[in-house]
Amino acid sequence: MITLDHFYLLIGILLAAVAAASALDRGNPKRFGNALFWGVFAASFLFGSLLTDFENGLLVLALVIVGGFNFLGRSNPPTTSPEQRRASAARYGNGLFGIALIIPLVALIGTLFLKESGLIDPKQVTVISLGLGVVIALAVAMSWLKLSPLAPLQESRRLADTIGWAAVLPQLLASLGAVFAAGGVGQEVGALATQYLPLATPFAAVTAYCIGMALFTIIMGNAFAAFPVMTAAIGLPLVVGKFHGDVTIMASIGMLAGFCGTLMTPMAANFNIVPAALLEIPDYAIIRAQIPTAVPLLIANIVLMYFLAFKF
Amino acid sequence: MIALLGIAVVIVGFLIRINPLLVIAAAALATGWAAGFDVVHTLSVLGHAFNANRYVSGTLLIVLPVVGLLERAGLQERARILIGGLRGVTVGRLLFIYMLFRQAMSAIGLATAVGGQAQLVRPLLAPMAEAAAEKEGGALSVETRNTVRAHAAAVDNIGAFFGEDIFLAMASVLLIKGFLEQNHIIVQPLSLSLWAIPTAIIAALIHGTRLMLLDRKLKRAAQGETP
Repeated sequence: MITLDHFYLLIGILLAAVAAASALDRGNPKRFGNALFWGVFAASFLFGSLLTDFENGLLVLALVIVGGFNFLGRSNPPTTSPEQRRASAARYGNGLFGIALIIPLVALIGTLFLKESGLIDPKQVTVISLGLGVVIALAVAMSWLKLSPLAPLQESRRLADTIGWAAVLPQLLASLGAVFAAGGVGQEVGALATQYLPLATPFAAVTAYCIGMALFTIIMGNAFAAFPVMTAAIGLPLVVGKFHGDVTIMASIGMLAGFCGTLMTPMAANFNIVPAALLEIPDYAIIRAQIPTAVPLLIANIVLMYFLAFKF
Repeated sequence: MIALLGIAVVIVGFLIRINPLLVIAAAALATGWAAGFDVVHTLSVLGHAFNANRYVSGTLLIVLPVVGLLERAGLQERARILIGGLRGVTVGRLLFIYMLFRQAMSAIGLATAVGGQAQLVRPLLAPMAEAAAEKEGGALSVETRNTVRAHAAAVDNIGAFFGEDIFLAMASVLLIKGFLEQNHIIVQPLSLSLWAIPTAIIAALIHGTRLMLLDRKLKRAAQGETP
């Protein structure tokens, strides 16, 4: 059966190869920084399950030091020129879209049909199908485009170095969430919110709950971390307990109020910061594009919850 | 109050724009210290969670070889040619259609499978949006190009966020159900999903309106540049 470990093995090998190619790249004055960063990241994917928690913690620390203190350089792996790309686009035509669509297509088919097959760990079926899609797309691309076997490696390195240290940011933020949870940060925030906010009317309670969800999501980068805290502090005791709102409506819309926060925070790095690096635009450009939607949508959620939760 | 030291570190760190990796490590150590953990224990909590969350980076990294190869072979250029040959395509219309498609896919549980920033936005959607903008006003200024790209990334996020909760088995729906169960409240995933629909519709309306305004803004900018 294919499990998440096989998926990690594949990524580990890819990153180890990127690290090796980085070390050999004389054009990058910081090549050993790049090699170390991708090498340590590779080690986490290859051996993470065999290491102790503390040893994994040391890997995190190494990534933070190499990435955080600017030991990474921007590499310039061999790729095609704009003219070559236009010629290639004319030559291969719309078939290129076909290859691009293999990944989502395989992921879709896998998610829909392979869950019960016994071939794939049913709990991780989408992620593993995504990996399968990559392998198939890569095989098709290599045989059709007739590229050197080093091409996918150098192209991966080009993109990996475009993202740079931000590649590790989403995973690191998720880990910070675990430390916050272990340190009791959530309960403390909940206690403060109920202590200092005026919550005497249903409208005030709904507003405080929704804005609290958004704000705490902005801080934590994840509505999933905010939901238990805010719902235990304000949602259940006040919106539902004191003012008799409908619990299903409150919970459903409350989570979506949190998602409005996700649109506005650099802490949600995988949605807002890494894509900015990938698109080579300023760090906060995506957040700026999203705020004017997120704010009215948050207000809409407050109004919806107020008018629906006390009716049904 | 001292438990919130980590949050203070995060806010200050981001405000004075220290490298986020350093800010997060400092926030983790500060939170551990405030909770009375020794450094080894804090690092162990961090390491354990990092290892458990490898799929977060994995889904991004795994697609890089294919996206890179296709870019090498001219996929972005092809995407531009395709859009260049269509009539009536504007940035706003293109992105709005993509957002509705992404909402629909997410609503049937395919948020991770179909769409995504590395998989679709960088190689396809962003170059298509740029090509649509160029139809209006020729070569784009850096600022306009960045705006168009940022909006391409934004529709991928907004479509996914405000579609996925309509799907019964989505992680967030299951989290809500699990949390309420711990508090001895039983809710049906189906009714949680249904109550996500009004917000999904409003999200499409609000962002659709903004995309229409974006089209107007781009048109004005284009007329300003080429009188």
